[in-house]
Amino acid sequence: MSTATDHRPRLRARRDVVVSLSTVVLLVTCVVAGHLFLDDTALRPNSALRLLPPSIGHPFGTDHLGRDLFTRVVKGLALSLGIGVLTAAISTVISAVLGICAALLGRRVDGVISWLIDLSIGIPHLIFMILLAFTVGGGIPGIVLGIAFTHWMSLALLVRADVKQIRDAEFILVARGLGRSSLFIACRHVLPLVLPQLLVGFVLMFPHVILHEAALTFLGFGFSPQTPAIGILLSEGMPHISSGMWWLAVLPGLALLLLVLGFARLGDRVRTVLDPATSNG
Amino acid sequence: MNTPILTVSELDVSFTQYASGLRTRTLTGIAGLNIEVREGEILAVIGASGSGKTLLAQAILGILPRNADVTGEIRFRGERLTAARRRRTLGREISYIPQSVTNLDPLMPVGEQVRIGLDPKTAHQEQSRLFARYGLASEAARLYPFELSGGMLRRVLFATSVRDTVRLIIADEPTPGLHAEAVEEVLRHLRELAADGVAVLLITHDIVSAVSVAERVAVMNGGRLITVEPAAAFTGDGDGLGHPFARDLWRALPQNRFSIGGVEWH
Amino acid sequence: MPRLLLLRVLRLATLLIGVSVLAFALVHNSPIDPIQAYIGANVDITDEQLARLREQWGLDRSPIEQYLAWAREMIQGNFGTSTLYEAPVIDVMGARFGASLALMGVAWTMSGVLGYLLGVTAATHRGRLADRLISWYSYTLSATPTFWLGIVFLVVFSVWLGWFPVGLAGPQGVPAEDVTFAQRLHHFVLPSITLSAVGVANIAMHTREKMTDVLNSDYVAFARARGESDWQIFRNHGFRNSVVPAVTLQFAYFAELFGGSVLAETVFSYPGLGSTLTEAALGGDVPLLLGIVLVSAVFVFTGNLIADVVNAAIDPRIRSRA
Repeated sequence: MSTATDHRPRLRARRDVVVSLSTVVLLVTCVVAGHLFLDDTALRPNSALRLLPPSIGHPFGTDHLGRDLFTRVVKGLALSLGIGVLTAAISTVISAVLGICAALLGRRVDGVISWLIDLSIGIPHLIFMILLAFTVGGGIPGIVLGIAFTHWMSLALLVRADVKQIRDAEFILVARGLGRSSLFIACRHVLPLVLPQLLVGFVLMFPHVILHEAALTFLGFGFSPQTPAIGILLSEGMPHISSGMWWLAVLPGLALLLLVLGFARLGDRVRTVLDPATSNG
Repeated sequence: MNTPILTVSELDVSFTQYASGLRTRTLTGIAGLNIEVREGEILAVIGASGSGKTLLAQAILGILPRNADVTGEIRFRGERLTAARRRRTLGREISYIPQSVTNLDPLMPVGEQVRIGLDPKTAHQEQSRLFARYGLASEAARLYPFELSGGMLRRVLFATSVRDTVRLIIADEPTPGLHAEAVEEVLRHLRELAADGVAVLLITHDIVSAVSVAERVAVMNGGRLITVEPAAAFTGDGDGLGHPFARDLWRALPQNRFSIGGVEWH
Repeated sequence: MPRLLLLRVLRLATLLIGVSVLAFALVHNSPIDPIQAYIGANVDITDEQLARLREQWGLDRSPIEQYLAWAREMIQGNFGTSTLYEAPVIDVMGARFGASLALMGVAWTMSGVLGYLLGVTAATHRGRLADRLISWYSYTLSATPTFWLGIVFLVVFSVWLGWFPVGLAGPQGVPAEDVTFAQRLHHFVLPSITLSAVGVANIAMHTREKMTDVLNSDYVAFARARGESDWQIFRNHGFRNSVVPAVTLQFAYFAELFGGSVLAETVFSYPGLGSTLTEAALGGDVPLLLGIVLVSAVFVFTGNLIADVVNAAIDPRIRSRA
């Protein structure tokens, strides 16, 4: 009813963004602070403390070498965050460059890029990542490149659609008339306009990136076994669950889940505020 | 001829709206409305957008938005129109001809849409008869809405509303966007239905067609019923009209050239 | 319609060539020497034998020649020999593809049907308890690592409750041909439930959105005004307007399904294509790795193709245009 517009969802959406942003900031601060200040001696193997269940001294228990699992999980989450920021940033740059090029540089470039998008969508993400990790030979570069090259497609499509809408706007036609190069137009006129879209895309990508990092390390790609990555913690915990050491495999994953959920909520809510049409209310 | 089919008394429709934070305010859609439609009669309800005339139709049919509050009484053939009674009468005794062709399911062939609510045994026969009556080719029954023209879709909408058992038809803006000939056709169909003894509530902002087809014309403004005038009084310079608002409306029409101003229309 | 199909198939062919070039180029530039990986710890191989192997495998030719030779073999169905299993790649994959297909097939069907029903329920109860529960479930599940969910299921159902075995497609130590169907099924349940539980989230959320749009549409309001009951509205309008997007989405979900099966198979030591892929990549088994990458790509492209065709075949608006 035009006579009874309901303003409440909009206001609520803004409040929700503030709430989830605070949650995420709090989580990240805790993880970073823990990473910086937690006592590293808890990470040294100690045969006297092997496989202890959760207690006040060891909230997540200890692992098969007597290391404090909570400290290891915090370090692992810090690692996930670091890799997440790096890979999501690379992915966002790829999406921006390819999306803008596809929209501005004519039909042929558009065709090639959309073929490239179809191609990248066609190989299951995880398999593409395994292939890249294999090629690069494991290590952080393998993980970062693998994840970065598999998460740019949907954002690139959005950027392309956005840029196509403004492509024929007057200010761009004027810039073309003035003989400005496509590069100049892209950087000076188009990029600032798609920046919010890129930001949202970055935040929305983040949960996927972190989940895939955990999956890859779980499968044994990327880090050396001593590294406290969440995936490695979980695969180390696997052999012990049949003897009842559930905390080894359950708690690290739960911590990761909370972090991912925080970012996923934030991404969704930011999108709701910026673009109410696609929100799911 | 004079049996009342639909009686609306003291109808109020209001909306609860969230202002800022948790404070709410109430918006009035319709206030204290009384109206009656009799057997075989066409009652036109005219008003600008926002005057509450579409809300009236939605209130009768029970399809108001969720945040709407309704008080007052709506009676159909003497009995209160409750939710249970609506379930029995909607689509059988009460028909609705909506404003827009987007009211047809885009993924259902139009013939099937006309057959909804008909007795399954005779549905195909009945639908063919209705298609013939409204000048639709029988092959059109298998087509989807996007394959038909706007004028044809309107005739399909008409066909969905005509049932042997129907006593009241509510037509919400059935004419906008149609060329003069098609408007004439729509009005002729409404007159035919009324001649069969059906009560018709015609909601429109087109005074000229309202006056040409209806017996009485109700004028709404800002959620209130201003006046009900006999259609015959809308003639000449409108001296026969009882209420000054109706007179101003009539005189403000370009073809009447009496423009005195004061009334905003459309 | 046939024209659309032809175009799609042509595009699929170019994409497959693209994948094969990409995969080949990546593997070719890997620091892992396939010969070294093949020989492994076998040190008493002479340089002469090494050179012969290189020649035999065509490693002395240019990359393009190597690719063409490889592609020619591929088209004839010769995927090479797995260095890990010392058996033709096609046989290694064939034995495991069936197991993966069963797992993915069950998960795909279960998650599709259940997800659609949950999505419809959420939309028809929007804002109420059922909707909140379903939304909360879908939201949480989409943030859950698939492999971790598998681990949690293992802890709960196998270790604590003792209902299911801890892994493998059959009991340990029993030859594959002696494993009974019941035992196989017993080992099949948890991985398939894990994969389904994750898949439900996606389809439920999308169906909820689509169904909400349908319920807020003019044609549903009109259906109400015509006295159609909630059930009639669903049968006449809700289903037909929401099922096509759901089916399309479910076919486009093949890629994630395959990725999920890699993880679920690894957690449950289920001998399918996914766990074999991990082994191949970790063990430097290039022919097997390439073979599985190509098979997975064919699988996903086929899913996308079916999604397009189904969409075009069912939706009259697209059908008439093609």
